[in-house]
Amino acid sequence: MEILVCVKRVPDTSENEIQVNGKGTDIERDDLVYSVNEWDNYAVEEAIQIRDRVGGTVTVVTVGDDESEEVLRREMAMGADNGILLSDPAFENADGRGIATILKTAVEKGRYDLILTGAQADDGAGQVGGMLAAMLDVPYASLVNVIEVLDDKKIKVGREIAGGNQEMNEMTLPCVLSIQTGINEPRYVGIRGIRKVASVEIPTMGARDLGLDPAAVAPKVKRLDYFVPDMGEGAEMLTGSTEEIIEKLMELLKAKGGIKS
Amino acid sequence: MSRQVFAYIIHKNGKPDDTALEFVTTARKLDPNAEVIGVVVGSGADLDAAAGEAAKSYTSVWKIDNAALAYPLADGVRKALVSVLPQNAVILIPHEHFGLDLAPGLAVKLDSPYLPDVVDFAGLNGDTLTAIRQEFSGMVSTHVACDIAAGAVITVRPGAFAPDESTAAAGTITDKSGDVGDVAVGRRYLETLVAEVGDVDITKSEILVSVGRGIEDQDNLEIVHDLAKAMGADVSCSRPIVDAKWLEKSRQVGTSGQTVSPKVYLACGISGSFQHMGGIKGAPFIVAINKNPKAPIFQVADVGIVADILEFLPELTEAIGEAK
Repeated sequence: MEILVCVKRVPDTSENEIQVNGKGTDIERDDLVYSVNEWDNYAVEEAIQIRDRVGGTVTVVTVGDDESEEVLRREMAMGADNGILLSDPAFENADGRGIATILKTAVEKGRYDLILTGAQADDGAGQVGGMLAAMLDVPYASLVNVIEVLDDKKIKVGREIAGGNQEMNEMTLPCVLSIQTGINEPRYVGIRGIRKVASVEIPTMGARDLGLDPAAVAPKVKRLDYFVPDMGEGAEMLTGSTEEIIEKLMELLKAKGGIKS
Repeated sequence: MSRQVFAYIIHKNGKPDDTALEFVTTARKLDPNAEVIGVVVGSGADLDAAAGEAAKSYTSVWKIDNAALAYPLADGVRKALVSVLPQNAVILIPHEHFGLDLAPGLAVKLDSPYLPDVVDFAGLNGDTLTAIRQEFSGMVSTHVACDIAAGAVITVRPGAFAPDESTAAAGTITDKSGDVGDVAVGRRYLETLVAEVGDVDITKSEILVSVGRGIEDQDNLEIVHDLAKAMGADVSCSRPIVDAKWLEKSRQVGTSGQTVSPKVYLACGISGSFQHMGGIKGAPFIVAINKNPKAPIFQVADVGIVADILEFLPELTEAIGEAK
Protein backbone atom coordinates (compact mmCIF):
# COMPACT_ATOMS: atom_id res chain seq x y z
CA MET A 1 0.00 0.00 0.00
CA GLU A 2 1.30 3.44 -0.97
CA ILE A 3 0.61 5.82 1.90
CA LEU A 4 1.07 9.59 1.99
CA VAL A 5 1.02 11.40 5.33
CA CYS A 6 0.62 15.19 5.39
CA VAL A 7 2.41 16.77 8.35
CA LYS A 8 2.97 20.26 9.74
CA ARG A 9 5.63 21.95 11.84
CA VAL A 10 3.97 23.79 14.72
CA PRO A 11 4.90 25.51 17.98
CA ASP A 12 4.71 22.90 20.73
CA THR A 13 1.97 24.20 23.06
CA SER A 14 3.00 21.88 25.89
CA GLU A 15 6.52 23.35 25.86
CA ASN A 16 5.65 27.01 25.25
CA GLU A 17 3.57 29.78 26.66
CA ILE A 18 1.87 31.25 23.62
CA GLN A 19 1.82 35.06 23.77
CA VAL A 20 0.56 37.71 21.40
CA ASN A 21 3.16 40.22 20.21
CA GLY A 22 2.86 43.93 21.01
CA LYS A 23 1.02 44.86 17.83
CA GLY A 24 -1.26 41.84 17.81
CA THR A 25 -0.05 40.87 14.34
CA ASP A 26 1.33 37.49 15.38
CA ILE A 27 2.30 35.40 18.36
CA GLU A 28 5.78 35.84 19.83
CA ARG A 29 7.73 33.30 17.81
CA ASP A 30 11.32 34.09 18.79
CA ASP A 31 11.74 31.65 21.65
CA LEU A 32 9.24 29.02 20.58
CA VAL A 33 10.09 25.34 20.52
CA TYR A 34 8.70 23.79 17.33
CA SER A 35 7.91 20.18 16.70
CA VAL A 36 5.72 18.03 14.50
CA ASN A 37 1.99 18.54 15.07
CA GLU A 38 0.96 15.97 17.68
CA TRP A 39 -1.90 14.50 15.59
CA ASP A 40 0.40 14.10 12.57
CA ASN A 41 2.81 12.04 14.61
CA TYR A 42 0.05 9.52 15.31
CA ALA A 43 -0.77 9.50 11.58
CA VAL A 44 2.83 8.72 10.64
CA GLU A 45 3.02 5.94 13.24
CA GLU A 46 -0.22 4.44 11.90
CA ALA A 47 1.09 4.58 8.32
CA ILE A 48 4.32 2.82 9.35
CA GLN A 49 2.38 0.09 11.17
CA ILE A 50 0.10 -0.48 8.16
CA ARG A 51 3.11 -0.67 5.83
CA ASP A 52 4.81 -3.14 8.14
CA ARG A 53 1.67 -5.34 8.06
CA VAL A 54 0.77 -5.23 4.36
CA GLY A 55 3.87 -3.85 2.60
CA GLY A 56 4.30 -0.69 0.54
CA THR A 57 5.87 2.65 1.28
CA VAL A 58 5.21 5.64 3.53
CA THR A 59 5.86 9.14 2.20
CA VAL A 60 5.66 12.22 4.41
CA VAL A 61 4.92 15.60 2.86
CA THR A 62 4.72 19.11 4.26
CA VAL A 63 4.10 22.62 3.01
CA GLY A 64 6.59 24.95 4.63
CA ASP A 65 9.98 26.56 4.60
CA ASP A 66 13.44 25.04 4.96
CA GLU A 67 12.94 24.61 8.70
CA SER A 68 10.02 22.28 8.02
CA GLU A 69 12.53 19.85 6.56
CA GLU A 70 13.60 18.88 10.10
CA VAL A 71 10.04 17.69 10.76
CA LEU A 72 10.14 15.48 7.66
CA ARG A 73 13.49 14.11 8.77
CA ARG A 74 12.12 13.34 12.21
CA GLU A 75 9.23 11.38 10.72
CA MET A 76 11.67 9.55 8.42
CA ALA A 77 13.70 8.64 11.48
CA MET A 78 10.49 7.06 12.83
CA GLY A 79 10.36 4.90 9.73
CA ALA A 80 8.80 6.82 6.85
CA ASP A 81 10.49 5.90 3.55
CA ASN A 82 10.38 9.21 1.68
CA GLY A 83 9.94 12.89 2.35
CA ILE A 84 8.74 15.70 0.09
CA LEU A 85 9.01 19.39 0.97
CA LEU A 86 6.60 21.73 -0.82
CA SER A 87 8.10 25.18 -0.53
CA ASP A 88 7.58 28.43 -2.40
CA PRO A 89 7.29 32.09 -1.38
CA ALA A 90 3.83 31.96 -2.99
CA PHE A 91 2.71 29.40 -0.37
CA GLU A 92 3.51 31.58 2.65
CA ASN A 93 0.09 33.13 3.25
CA ALA A 94 -1.98 30.18 2.08
CA ASP A 95 -5.11 29.42 4.12
CA GLY A 96 -6.39 25.89 4.72
CA ARG A 97 -7.84 25.67 1.23
CA GLY A 98 -4.57 26.89 -0.24
CA ILE A 99 -2.65 24.17 1.63
CA ALA A 100 -5.14 21.54 0.40
CA THR A 101 -4.74 22.86 -3.17
CA ILE A 102 -0.94 22.59 -2.95
CA LEU A 103 -1.16 19.07 -1.48
CA LYS A 104 -3.58 18.01 -4.22
CA THR A 105 -1.03 18.79 -6.92
CA ALA A 106 1.60 16.78 -5.02
CA VAL A 107 -0.80 13.84 -4.56
CA GLU A 108 -1.46 13.80 -8.30
CA LYS A 109 2.27 13.46 -8.97
CA GLY A 110 2.24 10.08 -7.18
CA ARG A 111 -0.07 7.06 -6.90
CA TYR A 112 -1.29 6.85 -3.34
CA ASP A 113 -3.85 4.38 -1.99
CA LEU A 114 -4.22 6.03 1.38
CA ILE A 115 -3.67 9.64 2.44
CA LEU A 116 -3.52 10.52 6.12
CA THR A 117 -3.54 13.88 7.91
CA GLY A 118 -3.73 14.79 11.58
CA ALA A 119 -7.28 15.51 12.80
CA GLN A 120 -6.22 19.09 13.46
CA ALA A 121 -3.14 21.26 13.99
CA ASP A 122 -2.20 24.45 15.83
CA ASP A 123 -5.04 26.52 14.37
CA GLY A 124 -7.67 23.99 15.47
CA ALA A 125 -9.45 24.12 12.12
CA GLY A 126 -9.38 20.47 11.08
CA GLN A 127 -9.97 21.41 7.47
CA VAL A 128 -7.15 20.31 5.17
CA GLY A 129 -7.96 16.57 4.97
CA GLY A 130 -11.63 17.06 4.16
CA MET A 131 -10.84 19.69 1.54
CA LEU A 132 -8.14 17.54 -0.06
CA ALA A 133 -10.54 14.58 -0.30
CA ALA A 134 -13.23 16.74 -1.93
CA MET A 135 -10.70 18.16 -4.41
CA LEU A 136 -9.57 14.63 -5.30
CA ASP A 137 -13.17 13.33 -5.30
CA VAL A 138 -12.30 10.45 -2.99
CA PRO A 139 -14.04 9.34 0.24
CA TYR A 140 -13.13 11.01 3.52
CA ALA A 141 -13.48 10.20 7.22
CA SER A 142 -12.34 12.42 10.08
CA LEU A 143 -11.28 11.61 13.65
CA VAL A 144 -10.23 8.08 12.75
CA ASN A 145 -9.05 5.98 15.71
CA VAL A 146 -8.74 2.52 14.14
CA ILE A 147 -7.79 1.30 10.65
CA GLU A 148 -8.02 -2.29 9.41
CA VAL A 149 -6.92 -3.14 5.87
CA LEU A 150 -9.47 -5.56 4.36
CA ASP A 151 -7.90 -5.97 0.91
CA ASP A 152 -6.17 -3.75 -1.64
CA LYS A 153 -9.41 -1.94 -2.43
CA LYS A 154 -11.13 -1.66 0.96
CA ILE A 155 -10.41 -0.67 4.54
CA LYS A 156 -12.46 -0.65 7.71
CA VAL A 157 -12.15 2.49 9.83
CA GLY A 158 -13.47 3.49 13.22
CA ARG A 159 -14.20 7.14 14.02
CA GLU A 160 -14.34 8.72 17.42
CA ILE A 161 -17.83 10.13 17.94
CA ALA A 162 -19.57 11.48 21.04
CA GLY A 163 -19.59 9.77 24.42
CA GLY A 164 -16.57 7.55 23.77
CA ASN A 165 -18.51 5.64 21.09
CA GLN A 166 -16.97 4.51 17.83
CA GLU A 167 -18.57 4.68 14.39
CA MET A 168 -17.41 1.85 12.13
CA ASN A 169 -17.29 2.31 8.36
CA GLU A 170 -16.07 0.49 5.30
CA MET A 171 -14.28 2.72 2.79
CA THR A 172 -13.00 2.20 -0.72
CA LEU A 173 -9.44 3.15 -1.66
CA PRO A 174 -8.03 5.58 -2.45
CA CYS A 175 -9.34 7.72 0.38
CA VAL A 176 -8.30 10.42 2.84
CA LEU A 177 -8.49 9.95 6.62
CA SER A 178 -7.79 12.42 9.42
CA ILE A 179 -6.21 10.69 12.40
CA GLN A 180 -7.17 11.25 16.03
CA THR A 181 -4.67 11.01 18.88
CA GLY A 182 -4.67 7.74 20.82
CA ILE A 183 -5.00 5.53 17.71
CA ASN A 184 -1.57 4.06 18.55
CA GLU A 185 1.49 4.79 20.65
CA PRO A 186 3.96 6.71 18.46
CA ARG A 187 7.44 5.29 18.76
CA TYR A 188 10.24 7.24 20.36
CA VAL A 189 12.79 8.79 18.04
CA GLY A 190 16.28 8.94 19.43
CA ILE A 191 19.23 11.02 18.36
CA ARG A 192 20.71 7.97 16.59
CA GLY A 193 17.58 7.58 14.49
CA ILE A 194 17.74 11.21 13.44
CA ARG A 195 21.44 10.90 12.59
CA LYS A 196 20.74 7.94 10.32
CA VAL A 197 18.53 10.05 8.06
CA ALA A 198 20.51 13.28 8.44
CA SER A 199 21.99 13.09 4.96
CA VAL A 200 19.03 11.60 3.09
CA GLU A 201 18.07 13.76 0.14
CA ILE A 202 14.62 15.35 0.53
CA PRO A 203 13.27 16.73 -2.74
CA THR A 204 11.80 20.23 -2.63
CA MET A 205 9.07 21.30 -5.03
CA GLY A 206 7.80 24.81 -5.67
CA ALA A 207 4.75 26.19 -7.46
CA ARG A 208 6.40 25.81 -10.86
CA ASP A 209 7.45 22.17 -10.24
CA LEU A 210 3.87 21.39 -9.22
CA GLY A 211 2.39 23.24 -12.19
CA LEU A 212 0.49 25.45 -9.78
CA ASP A 213 -0.68 28.98 -10.51
CA PRO A 214 0.17 31.03 -7.36
CA ALA A 215 -3.23 32.74 -7.71
CA ALA A 216 -4.86 29.37 -6.95
CA VAL A 217 -3.53 29.48 -3.40
CA ALA A 218 -4.48 33.09 -2.59
CA PRO A 219 -6.38 33.05 0.73
CA LYS A 220 -10.16 33.50 0.83
CA VAL A 221 -10.09 33.84 4.61
CA LYS A 222 -7.74 36.41 6.14
CA ARG A 223 -6.55 36.47 9.72
CA LEU A 224 -6.73 40.08 10.88
CA ASP A 225 -4.99 39.83 14.24
CA TYR A 226 -4.22 37.79 17.31
CA PHE A 227 -5.58 38.80 20.70
CA VAL A 228 -6.08 37.50 24.19
CA PRO A 229 -9.79 37.39 24.93
CA ASP A 230 -11.19 39.36 27.82
CA MET A 231 -11.07 36.82 30.61
CA GLY A 232 -14.26 38.22 32.16
CA GLU A 233 -14.54 37.38 35.83
CA GLY A 234 -12.38 34.29 35.56
CA ALA A 235 -11.38 32.23 38.55
CA GLU A 236 -10.78 33.66 42.01
CA MET A 237 -7.05 33.07 42.27
CA LEU A 238 -5.79 31.81 45.60
CA THR A 239 -2.44 33.34 46.49
CA GLY A 240 -0.02 33.33 49.41
CA SER A 241 2.12 30.60 50.87
CA THR A 242 1.27 26.98 50.09
CA GLU A 243 -0.05 26.58 53.64
CA GLU A 244 -2.31 29.62 53.24
CA ILE A 245 -3.58 28.43 49.87
CA ILE A 246 -4.33 24.95 51.19
CA GLU A 247 -6.15 26.38 54.20
CA LYS A 248 -8.37 28.56 51.99
CA LEU A 249 -8.93 25.73 49.53
CA MET A 250 -9.97 23.29 52.25
CA GLU A 251 -12.49 25.79 53.63
CA LEU A 252 -13.98 26.20 50.16
CA LEU A 253 -14.01 22.47 49.45
CA LYS A 254 -15.73 21.71 52.75
CA ALA A 255 -18.35 24.40 52.10
CA LYS A 256 -19.09 22.98 48.64
CA GLY A 257 -19.19 19.34 49.72
CA GLY A 258 -15.85 18.55 48.14
CA ILE A 259 -14.44 16.60 51.05
CA LYS A 260 -16.36 13.59 52.32
CA SER A 261 -15.56 12.69 55.90
CA MET B 1 -33.49 40.26 -1.30
CA SER B 2 -32.22 39.44 2.12
CA ARG B 3 -29.38 37.00 2.62
CA GLN B 4 -30.28 33.36 3.22
CA VAL B 5 -28.53 31.74 6.18
CA PHE B 6 -28.98 27.98 6.50
CA ALA B 7 -28.60 26.11 9.78
CA TYR B 8 -27.74 22.42 9.44
CA ILE B 9 -29.68 20.60 12.13
CA ILE B 10 -28.20 17.43 13.58
CA HIS B 11 -30.86 15.13 15.01
CA LYS B 12 -31.17 11.74 16.59
CA ASN B 13 -34.29 9.68 17.27
CA GLY B 14 -36.45 12.50 15.95
CA LYS B 15 -34.94 15.19 18.19
CA PRO B 16 -32.67 18.05 17.07
CA ASP B 17 -29.55 18.40 19.21
CA ASP B 18 -28.73 21.46 21.35
CA THR B 19 -27.04 23.32 18.49
CA ALA B 20 -30.41 23.63 16.67
CA LEU B 21 -31.60 26.18 19.24
CA GLU B 22 -28.15 27.81 19.46
CA PHE B 23 -28.03 28.39 15.70
CA VAL B 24 -31.16 30.59 15.87
CA THR B 25 -29.04 32.96 17.96
CA THR B 26 -25.93 32.40 15.82
CA ALA B 27 -27.73 33.28 12.56
CA ARG B 28 -29.25 36.42 14.08
CA LYS B 29 -25.84 37.58 15.30
CA LEU B 30 -24.29 36.85 11.90
CA ASP B 31 -26.86 38.91 10.00
CA PRO B 32 -29.95 40.27 11.80
CA ASN B 33 -31.69 40.82 8.45
CA ALA B 34 -31.11 37.34 7.08
CA GLU B 35 -33.80 34.84 6.21
CA VAL B 36 -32.88 31.83 8.37
CA ILE B 37 -33.66 28.34 7.14
CA GLY B 38 -33.21 25.12 9.11
CA VAL B 39 -32.05 22.12 7.07
CA VAL B 40 -32.81 18.57 8.20
CA VAL B 41 -31.51 15.53 6.35
CA GLY B 42 -32.41 11.90 7.02
CA SER B 43 -35.22 9.52 6.32
CA GLY B 44 -38.70 8.47 7.40
CA ALA B 45 -40.55 9.09 10.64
CA ASP B 46 -37.45 10.19 12.56
CA LEU B 47 -36.81 12.90 9.98
CA ASP B 48 -40.43 14.07 10.02
CA ALA B 49 -40.35 14.33 13.81
CA ALA B 50 -37.05 16.27 13.71
CA ALA B 51 -38.40 18.62 11.03
CA GLY B 52 -41.51 19.23 13.16
CA GLU B 53 -39.38 20.06 16.18
CA ALA B 54 -37.13 22.34 14.10
CA ALA B 55 -40.18 24.23 12.79
CA LYS B 56 -40.89 25.37 16.36
CA SER B 57 -37.65 27.38 16.23
CA TYR B 58 -37.23 28.16 12.51
CA THR B 59 -39.81 29.96 10.37
CA SER B 60 -38.59 27.96 7.40
CA VAL B 61 -37.37 24.36 7.41
CA TRP B 62 -36.05 22.45 4.41
CA LYS B 63 -36.42 18.69 4.65
CA ILE B 64 -34.33 16.24 2.60
CA ASP B 65 -35.68 12.69 2.85
CA ASN B 66 -33.51 10.02 1.26
CA ALA B 67 -33.41 6.36 2.28
CA ALA B 68 -29.66 6.26 1.59
CA LEU B 69 -29.18 8.99 4.21
CA ALA B 70 -31.09 7.28 7.04
CA TYR B 71 -27.68 7.10 8.67
CA PRO B 72 -26.29 10.44 7.49
CA LEU B 73 -22.76 9.87 6.22
CA ALA B 74 -21.12 13.20 5.47
CA ASP B 75 -20.06 12.51 1.88
CA GLY B 76 -23.66 11.61 0.96
CA VAL B 77 -25.15 14.54 2.87
CA ARG B 78 -22.70 16.81 1.10
CA LYS B 79 -23.90 15.63 -2.31
CA ALA B 80 -27.51 16.23 -1.24
CA LEU B 81 -26.72 19.73 0.06
CA VAL B 82 -24.78 20.69 -3.06
CA SER B 83 -27.80 19.83 -5.22
CA VAL B 84 -30.29 21.64 -2.96
CA LEU B 85 -28.53 24.74 -1.62
CA PRO B 86 -28.20 27.91 -3.70
CA GLN B 87 -24.60 28.51 -4.83
CA ASN B 88 -24.29 31.56 -2.53
CA ALA B 89 -25.63 29.84 0.57
CA VAL B 90 -24.25 30.78 3.95
CA ILE B 91 -24.52 27.61 6.03
CA LEU B 92 -23.90 26.99 9.73
CA ILE B 93 -22.76 23.51 10.77
CA PRO B 94 -21.89 22.32 14.30
CA HIS B 95 -18.14 21.92 14.83
CA GLU B 96 -18.27 18.34 16.13
CA HIS B 97 -17.58 14.89 14.72
CA PHE B 98 -20.21 15.08 11.98
CA GLY B 99 -19.48 18.70 11.06
CA LEU B 100 -15.76 17.91 10.80
CA ASP B 101 -16.63 15.18 8.29
CA LEU B 102 -19.02 17.33 6.27
CA ALA B 103 -17.99 20.97 6.25
CA PRO B 104 -14.49 21.23 4.70
CA GLY B 105 -15.50 19.25 1.62
CA LEU B 106 -18.77 21.14 1.35
CA ALA B 107 -16.85 24.43 1.21
CA VAL B 108 -14.76 23.04 -1.65
CA LYS B 109 -17.79 21.81 -3.59
CA LEU B 110 -19.72 25.08 -3.10
CA ASP B 111 -16.50 27.01 -3.84
CA SER B 112 -17.14 29.06 -0.71
CA PRO B 113 -14.83 30.37 1.98
CA TYR B 114 -14.62 28.13 5.04
CA LEU B 115 -14.69 29.48 8.59
CA PRO B 116 -14.00 26.65 11.04
CA ASP B 117 -14.81 26.47 14.76
CA VAL B 118 -16.24 29.99 15.07
CA VAL B 119 -17.01 31.10 18.64
CA ASP B 120 -18.45 34.56 17.88
CA PHE B 121 -19.01 37.16 15.19
CA ALA B 122 -17.53 40.66 15.34
CA GLY B 123 -19.53 42.34 12.61
CA LEU B 124 -20.84 42.22 9.07
CA ASN B 125 -19.76 45.15 6.92
CA GLY B 126 -21.54 44.87 3.58
CA ASP B 127 -20.56 41.36 2.59
CA THR B 128 -17.40 41.21 4.71
CA LEU B 129 -17.97 39.00 7.72
CA THR B 130 -15.58 39.12 10.67
CA ALA B 131 -15.61 36.11 12.96
CA ILE B 132 -13.73 35.18 16.12
CA ARG B 133 -12.02 31.84 16.57
CA GLN B 134 -9.26 30.41 18.72
CA GLU B 135 -5.85 28.94 18.03
CA PHE B 136 -3.18 27.11 20.03
CA SER B 137 -5.58 25.13 22.22
CA GLY B 138 -7.58 28.24 23.11
CA MET B 139 -4.57 30.20 24.38
CA VAL B 140 -5.05 33.00 21.83
CA SER B 141 -7.97 34.26 19.77
CA THR B 142 -8.03 35.72 16.28
CA HIS B 143 -10.33 37.83 14.14
CA VAL B 144 -10.75 36.34 10.68
CA ALA B 145 -12.54 37.97 7.79
CA CYS B 146 -13.92 36.85 4.46
CA ASP B 147 -16.32 37.96 1.76
CA ILE B 148 -19.58 35.99 2.02
CA ALA B 149 -21.35 37.46 -1.02
CA ALA B 150 -20.76 34.17 -2.84
CA GLY B 151 -21.67 32.13 0.23
CA ALA B 152 -19.75 30.64 3.15
CA VAL B 153 -19.49 27.40 5.10
CA ILE B 154 -19.15 28.14 8.81
CA THR B 155 -18.69 25.57 11.55
CA VAL B 156 -19.74 26.87 14.94
CA ARG B 157 -18.49 25.62 18.28
CA PRO B 158 -21.31 23.88 20.19
CA GLY B 159 -22.21 25.92 23.28
CA ALA B 160 -20.62 29.14 21.97
CA PHE B 161 -24.00 30.83 21.41
CA ALA B 162 -26.89 30.85 23.88
CA PRO B 163 -29.86 28.73 22.81
CA ASP B 164 -33.01 30.57 21.72
CA GLU B 165 -35.66 28.82 23.79
CA SER B 166 -38.65 30.60 22.22
CA THR B 167 -40.45 27.91 20.27
CA ALA B 168 -43.21 29.90 18.61
CA ALA B 169 -41.83 30.05 15.08
CA ALA B 170 -44.59 27.80 13.70
CA GLY B 171 -42.40 27.40 10.63
CA THR B 172 -43.18 26.03 7.20
CA ILE B 173 -41.62 22.72 6.23
CA THR B 174 -40.60 22.47 2.57
CA ASP B 175 -39.79 19.07 1.13
CA LYS B 176 -36.66 19.39 -1.01
CA SER B 177 -36.11 15.64 -1.47
CA GLY B 178 -37.00 15.78 -5.17
CA ASP B 179 -34.03 18.05 -5.93
CA VAL B 180 -31.54 15.49 -4.67
CA GLY B 181 -29.72 13.28 -7.18
CA ASP B 182 -27.45 10.31 -6.61
CA VAL B 183 -25.95 10.29 -3.11
CA ALA B 184 -23.94 7.07 -3.40
CA VAL B 185 -20.47 7.35 -1.85
CA GLY B 186 -17.41 5.19 -1.35
CA ARG B 187 -18.08 4.78 2.34
CA ARG B 188 -20.54 2.50 4.06
CA TYR B 189 -21.74 2.74 7.65
CA LEU B 190 -21.38 -0.57 9.47
CA GLU B 191 -22.22 -0.09 13.14
CA THR B 192 -21.65 2.02 16.23
CA LEU B 193 -19.59 0.43 18.96
CA VAL B 194 -20.79 1.69 22.33
CA ALA B 195 -18.11 2.63 24.85
CA GLU B 196 -17.32 0.05 27.49
CA VAL B 197 -18.34 0.85 31.04
CA GLY B 198 -15.33 0.88 33.35
CA ASP B 199 -15.00 -0.09 37.01
CA VAL B 200 -16.07 3.39 38.12
CA ASP B 201 -19.00 5.28 36.58
CA ILE B 202 -17.73 8.86 36.75
CA THR B 203 -21.04 10.18 35.37
CA LYS B 204 -22.51 9.43 38.81
CA SER B 205 -19.63 10.82 40.90
CA GLU B 206 -20.28 13.76 43.25
CA ILE B 207 -16.63 14.71 43.60
CA LEU B 208 -14.07 14.27 40.85
CA VAL B 209 -10.33 14.71 41.03
CA SER B 210 -9.48 15.03 37.37
CA VAL B 211 -5.95 14.76 36.04
CA GLY B 212 -4.36 16.03 32.83
CA ARG B 213 -1.05 16.31 31.02
CA GLY B 214 0.49 18.14 34.00
CA ILE B 215 0.95 14.80 35.77
CA GLU B 216 3.85 14.16 33.34
CA ASP B 217 4.36 10.47 34.11
CA GLN B 218 2.23 7.40 34.76
CA ASP B 219 4.04 6.72 38.03
CA ASN B 220 2.91 10.12 39.34
CA LEU B 221 -0.77 9.09 39.11
CA GLU B 222 -0.42 7.72 42.62
CA ILE B 223 -0.62 11.25 44.09
CA VAL B 224 -3.94 11.76 42.31
CA HIS B 225 -5.39 8.50 43.63
CA ASP B 226 -4.15 9.40 47.11
CA LEU B 227 -5.86 12.80 47.00
CA ALA B 228 -9.08 11.30 45.66
CA LYS B 229 -9.08 8.78 48.49
CA ALA B 230 -8.57 11.50 51.09
CA MET B 231 -11.42 13.57 49.61
CA GLY B 232 -13.77 10.65 49.06
CA ALA B 233 -13.67 11.41 45.33
CA ASP B 234 -13.36 9.42 42.11
CA VAL B 235 -10.52 9.93 39.63
CA SER B 236 -11.26 11.16 36.12
CA CYS B 237 -8.96 12.59 33.47
CA SER B 238 -8.53 14.56 30.26
CA ARG B 239 -7.77 13.12 26.86
CA PRO B 240 -3.94 12.93 26.89
CA ILE B 241 -4.05 10.57 29.87
CA VAL B 242 -6.27 8.14 27.94
CA ASP B 243 -4.21 8.54 24.76
CA ALA B 244 -1.16 7.52 26.77
CA LYS B 245 -3.21 4.56 28.10
CA TRP B 246 -2.50 5.55 31.72
CA LEU B 247 -6.21 5.44 32.61
CA GLU B 248 -9.12 3.71 30.90
CA LYS B 249 -11.32 5.52 28.36
CA SER B 250 -14.34 5.33 30.68
CA ARG B 251 -12.61 7.86 32.97
CA GLN B 252 -12.18 10.51 30.26
CA VAL B 253 -14.22 13.71 30.66
CA GLY B 254 -15.04 15.58 27.44
CA THR B 255 -17.10 15.65 24.27
CA SER B 256 -15.39 12.50 23.04
CA GLY B 257 -15.57 10.88 26.48
CA GLN B 258 -18.02 11.05 29.38
CA THR B 259 -20.34 13.90 30.35
CA VAL B 260 -20.12 14.38 34.11
CA SER B 261 -22.12 16.49 36.55
CA PRO B 262 -20.39 16.39 39.94
CA LYS B 263 -20.81 18.92 42.75
CA VAL B 264 -17.07 19.59 42.87
CA TYR B 265 -14.52 19.22 40.08
CA LEU B 266 -10.85 19.51 40.89
CA ALA B 267 -8.94 19.97 37.62
CA CYS B 268 -5.28 19.05 38.18
CA GLY B 269 -2.83 19.93 35.43
CA ILE B 270 -5.63 20.25 32.88
CA SER B 271 -5.38 23.12 30.39
CA GLY B 272 -9.15 23.26 29.84
CA SER B 273 -9.77 22.78 26.13
CA PHE B 274 -13.35 23.35 25.00
CA GLN B 275 -13.63 19.65 24.21
CA HIS B 276 -12.80 18.86 27.83
CA MET B 277 -15.07 21.55 29.32
CA GLY B 278 -17.88 20.36 27.01
CA GLY B 279 -18.04 17.20 29.11
CA ILE B 280 -18.77 19.07 32.38
CA LYS B 281 -22.42 19.89 32.99
CA GLY B 282 -24.57 21.06 35.88
CA ALA B 283 -22.34 23.97 36.94
CA PRO B 284 -20.11 22.25 39.50
CA PHE B 285 -17.71 24.14 41.75
CA ILE B 286 -14.52 23.97 39.68
CA VAL B 287 -11.08 24.27 41.24
CA ALA B 288 -8.19 24.48 38.78
CA ILE B 289 -4.58 23.79 39.69
CA ASN B 290 -2.12 24.46 36.89
CA LYS B 291 1.43 25.74 36.75
CA ASN B 292 0.68 27.84 33.65
CA PRO B 293 -1.08 31.06 34.79
CA LYS B 294 -2.39 31.52 31.21
CA ALA B 295 -4.10 28.12 31.03
CA PRO B 296 -7.64 28.57 29.63
CA ILE B 297 -9.01 26.53 32.55
CA PHE B 298 -8.64 29.64 34.76
CA GLN B 299 -11.25 31.43 32.64
CA VAL B 300 -13.92 28.90 33.51
CA ALA B 301 -12.91 27.73 36.98
CA ASP B 302 -14.41 29.18 40.18
CA VAL B 303 -11.13 29.01 42.04
CA GLY B 304 -7.65 28.88 40.57
CA ILE B 305 -4.26 27.98 41.99
CA VAL B 306 -1.02 28.48 40.09
CA ALA B 307 1.09 25.55 41.24
CA ASP B 308 2.86 22.44 40.06
CA ILE B 309 0.45 19.60 40.86
CA LEU B 310 3.37 17.24 41.51
CA GLU B 311 4.24 19.36 44.58
CA PHE B 312 0.81 20.72 45.49
CA LEU B 313 -1.36 17.59 45.48
CA PRO B 314 0.65 15.61 48.08
CA GLU B 315 0.58 18.62 50.42
CA LEU B 316 -3.17 18.96 49.99
CA THR B 317 -3.64 15.24 50.63
CA GLU B 318 -1.58 15.48 53.79
CA ALA B 319 -3.49 18.53 55.04
CA ILE B 320 -6.84 16.81 54.49
CA GLY B 321 -5.55 13.74 56.35
CA GLU B 322 -4.44 15.85 59.30
CA ALA B 323 -7.76 17.69 59.46
CA LYS B 324 -9.71 14.46 59.88
